[in-house]
Amino acid sequence: MIKVGIPRALFYYYYFPLWKDFFQNLGVKVVLSSPTNKNIVNNGVAMAVDEACLPVKLYYGHVLDLADKVDAIFLPRLVSTAHREFICPKFMGLPDMIKSSGIKLPQLIEVDIDLSRNKKAMRKAALEMGKHITGSTIRILKAWNLATISQRQFEYIQRSDGELTPRALELWTEENGNAAREMQQGIPKVALLGHGYNVYDRYVSMDIIHKLQKMGAAVITAENVPDSIIEEEAARLPKRMFWTLGKRQIGAAFHFMKRPDVKGLIHIASFGCGPDSLVGELIERHMRRAKTVPFLFLTIDEHTGQAGIVTRLEAFWDMIEWRDAQCQ
Amino acid sequence: MPITVPHMGNLCIPLKAMLEYVGLEVVLPPPCTKRTLSLGTQNSPEFACLPLKINLGNYIEAWELGADTILMAGGLGPCRFGYYAQIQREILLDLGMDMKMVVLEPPDASVKDFLEDIRILANGKSWLTIIKAIQLAWYKARAIDLVDIKLEETRPRQNHWSDADKVFDKFLRQLDRLNEKSEIYRAAEMAVDEMEAIPQDWHYKPIKIAIVGEIYTVLENFVNLGLEKHLGRMGVEAKRSIYLSEWINDHIFKGVLQLKSNKTLRKLASPYLNHFVGGHGWETVGSTVEAARDGADGVIQVAPLTCMPEIVAQAILPEISKDKNIPVMTLYVDEQTGEAGLVTRLEAFVDMIKRRKYIQEVSGK
Repeated sequence: MIKVGIPRALFYYYYFPLWKDFFQNLGVKVVLSSPTNKNIVNNGVAMAVDEACLPVKLYYGHVLDLADKVDAIFLPRLVSTAHREFICPKFMGLPDMIKSSGIKLPQLIEVDIDLSRNKKAMRKAALEMGKHITGSTIRILKAWNLATISQRQFEYIQRSDGELTPRALELWTEENGNAAREMQQGIPKVALLGHGYNVYDRYVSMDIIHKLQKMGAAVITAENVPDSIIEEEAARLPKRMFWTLGKRQIGAAFHFMKRPDVKGLIHIASFGCGPDSLVGELIERHMRRAKTVPFLFLTIDEHTGQAGIVTRLEAFWDMIEWRDAQCQ
Repeated sequence: MPITVPHMGNLCIPLKAMLEYVGLEVVLPPPCTKRTLSLGTQNSPEFACLPLKINLGNYIEAWELGADTILMAGGLGPCRFGYYAQIQREILLDLGMDMKMVVLEPPDASVKDFLEDIRILANGKSWLTIIKAIQLAWYKARAIDLVDIKLEETRPRQNHWSDADKVFDKFLRQLDRLNEKSEIYRAAEMAVDEMEAIPQDWHYKPIKIAIVGEIYTVLENFVNLGLEKHLGRMGVEAKRSIYLSEWINDHIFKGVLQLKSNKTLRKLASPYLNHFVGGHGWETVGSTVEAARDGADGVIQVAPLTCMPEIVAQAILPEISKDKNIPVMTLYVDEQTGEAGLVTRLEAFVDMIKRRKYIQEVSGK
């Protein structure tokens, strides 16, 4: 059986169910790279250019982790996943960057995914992906259609059940759709904004979700906000935001600002992130003008010292509790 | 409605001519200085790329001189430049400087806004006047480039290091006052002649270095710390991959009319980079291959720190360097204004190239 490797990085946190199901339906074994660890970070940092952001460096590390374990690596060029929107220039050049890195690569399953002009381009991309495995168009399309159902379930668990992405990924693989709602009423919520691959990677985010939960906060993220609300809130900007992830964050930020149960906002961005340097600024300025809830901006990079993050989170949480007490 | 434009190399000269032709009052920001940089960095997001910060410094200094409207270009991503104006407007708002921004967006963003912007810029003049104004700006941009190319050739050959730059500065001051096509081109020809008359070593064969990278940092001497001047002083012929008029053609005209541009460069970039990556990343890769093909001795990539498209290009350039056997160096510019570090790096790079050339000549390869 052919083994296809998927790096546990970047858009793994958004599209893993889709990709996994698609390849499995085609009769291929899907292998994930190990969860991010020190080795992967060190390898990635060593291979990538210094100026790249941490998630991109990690991607190098994850690809290397897979390189000698699998027959092929799935290396899509994610140009755009929505009409007239983009992800980030680095995503658009990622396959070329990886190929120039000198890693000894197995066969690559490459495909350009560009829905910026034409929504139907997805089907064509699926056919191109499947071509590496089978010649039968019908089999590919069938596998694709089934995979999109999985993806929808996965998104539903996040948007409607309010589960965080890592839990949603677990629930989806366990195939028991009805999750016990962990979020309890009355617990102050902290909204965590940031790109999924930073927020949900336990290693690079220094496990911020669990740290917050331990302090007694319920965590809610941009992925828990239904798409319609995101669209509506993001439309308040005078110019349409052309970064998909940026739009989700700013839409979610506007939404959380209005919600009485959200007591604080934390924005996590990787050092040197292009879109976030502007999106974060917009969020911060709007938050400061609204003067509703406290806002914390955290930058993460290759450093692994946890004390700095813990201190800032504790101070932030103390302030939220203090504010809550003042209000009552 | 005194209108202002941000600085980018010598772009302000053709723009000023165009806006004044339709009868608008133009207030140019003072040339970029450390104060511009300080004002810009203080008020901008920390990780924004440098052009955004310098632009903002320009606006604040223009506001102090009485400007209340800004003309700026836009874009549809994925490069951050497309969102510059939005962020800058928010920052100016919080600073209490309520300036109106006229952002030239490609019309498919919103046809209504596009026509509205044109209406403001046209100042009630006829289409014929507008076309003439654009033509005038275009002649000036072309004239600047004609002299600029001569300047690049003269710099490494001249006996006294600042002669050619003095001629160029004089030409720019003169150009600002001219309003006829024939006068403009005559001034350019005279400047070129004047440069040829500068005492120089006609037999000297300088090493050639191509300068590629992000357009703003390539064109704006203040942010690249006078990279070309330093190279010229070292006796190196610096050749830019892009000139002002090409940028206007590619970004403003073709951008607005939604035409594809730079096909040759993009073809050259294959197989190293096979997709558009926003900004000038694709062109940077293509220009590097082109420079190797055209016999340049080295390539310097310039970009603002954290520039996304250029990071993609930077990751790919070593591969080209290896394949085409051409040295490549990447320079990131940020708020640091110390020139010594830059000069040291340039000297080391140039020494390495000279040594390499010598060895190649001796060994007959």
